[in-house]
Amino acid sequence: MKEIKVLGTGCAKCTKSVEVITKIANELNIEVHITKVIDPEVIMAYSVMTTPTIIVDEINVHSGSIPHREAIIRWLKG
Amino acid sequence: MGIIHYTNRGKYTIFQVFTDIASWLVVDILGLSRATKLGDALHFFIEDTTKIFFLLLVMIYVIALLRASMNLERVRDYLAGKHKGVGYLLAASFGAITPFCSCSSIPVFLGFTSAGIPVGITMSFLITSPLINEVAVLLLLSLLGWKFTVLYVVVGMSIGILSGVFLDAIKAERWLQSFAAKALVQGKEASLSVKVAHISALSLKERHNFAKEEMLEIFARVWKWVIVGVGLGASLHGFVPDGWIQEHLGAGQWWSVPSAVLLGIPLYSNATGVIPVMESLIKQGLPIGTTLAFCMSTVAASFPEFILLKQVMQWRLLAVLFLLLLSAFTLIGWIFNFLTPFI
Repeated sequence: MKEIKVLGTGCAKCTKSVEVITKIANELNIEVHITKVIDPEVIMAYSVMTTPTIIVDEINVHSGSIPHREAIIRWLKG
Repeated sequence: MGIIHYTNRGKYTIFQVFTDIASWLVVDILGLSRATKLGDALHFFIEDTTKIFFLLLVMIYVIALLRASMNLERVRDYLAGKHKGVGYLLAASFGAITPFCSCSSIPVFLGFTSAGIPVGITMSFLITSPLINEVAVLLLLSLLGWKFTVLYVVVGMSIGILSGVFLDAIKAERWLQSFAAKALVQGKEASLSVKVAHISALSLKERHNFAKEEMLEIFARVWKWVIVGVGLGASLHGFVPDGWIQEHLGAGQWWSVPSAVLLGIPLYSNATGVIPVMESLIKQGLPIGTTLAFCMSTVAASFPEFILLKQVMQWRLLAVLFLLLLSAFTLIGWIFNFLTPFI
């Protein structure tokens, strides 16, 4: 099962990103575990400066905006 | 001393079309006279919103095209290890040209800190960033003319730079939250072990895509502010009696500057919303210094942002920072009110 983390200190785009990923995963019927990370210390450990940042299986795949649909599908199927 | 007109509308003949659109809508279509308060306020509102929307769309696209390859990681790598003397100036300059969402302040602060960049330099960046950005400069230029724009940019950067110098002078890093303080120490020792992967040059198409997304995103975020700001400006313009502001809040009253700063704290807006209000206030005769102080306080000193910073700073540092900004804005206001007759 994919482990997806959405890093961000509570910005609107972060919440939106979680929603979008959840929705697409449901559509594709792919099981994922999505967590929202808001602890600044943990975010710092990933050394990211723009949020939301998307971490898929501990790899930083995207930073700074709500990800596009195609990208999300690629991560989920990849 | 008469009212100094910083608005050089006549010079920008390209903007005449927006005046014409407003006249056509207000006078020809709605049948209102510009001599009436409602007609005048409505004219101001339509002229300014159409002009600002047009400028925003065109200029954000052009600027984004140019700065597509600029990002926070590059800024951080560049600032890390720079000599302190130039560090503040560079940080404030980058703050002015690098956009980031205010919700990213915390990760940016920590990203800089864990790269070993001193707190003062990081704060120079974070303070200048909301004060100066391309949208603000653009609006200032079109609404208040180049003199005021230059003044605003110089003042904004100076506040960022001097605040940074001050924070380092009082050793502000003592009052970071402990994990952030630890990261700072480690960062200084490690001298940036994490390098960002090399970013390849962008093709024109990639730049266009970036610029298009940037344009739509910024526009979606700020159009409401423009409406609110211009709306407020228009009501001031049409309904506050001429001379009232100058008489009651003129440069002679020393207390008007600190009051303007205090009034700006609970009023949270970004620069886009507050600039049309500034235009209106200045035209009504509010002194330049008081207007600047009000604007900067509205844009840069807001409670929600400060509460966010609590995650990385102790209360003590937050209080210092808050007072620092408020005194800086007040001082700026006084100085400019004092200097205005000589400019």
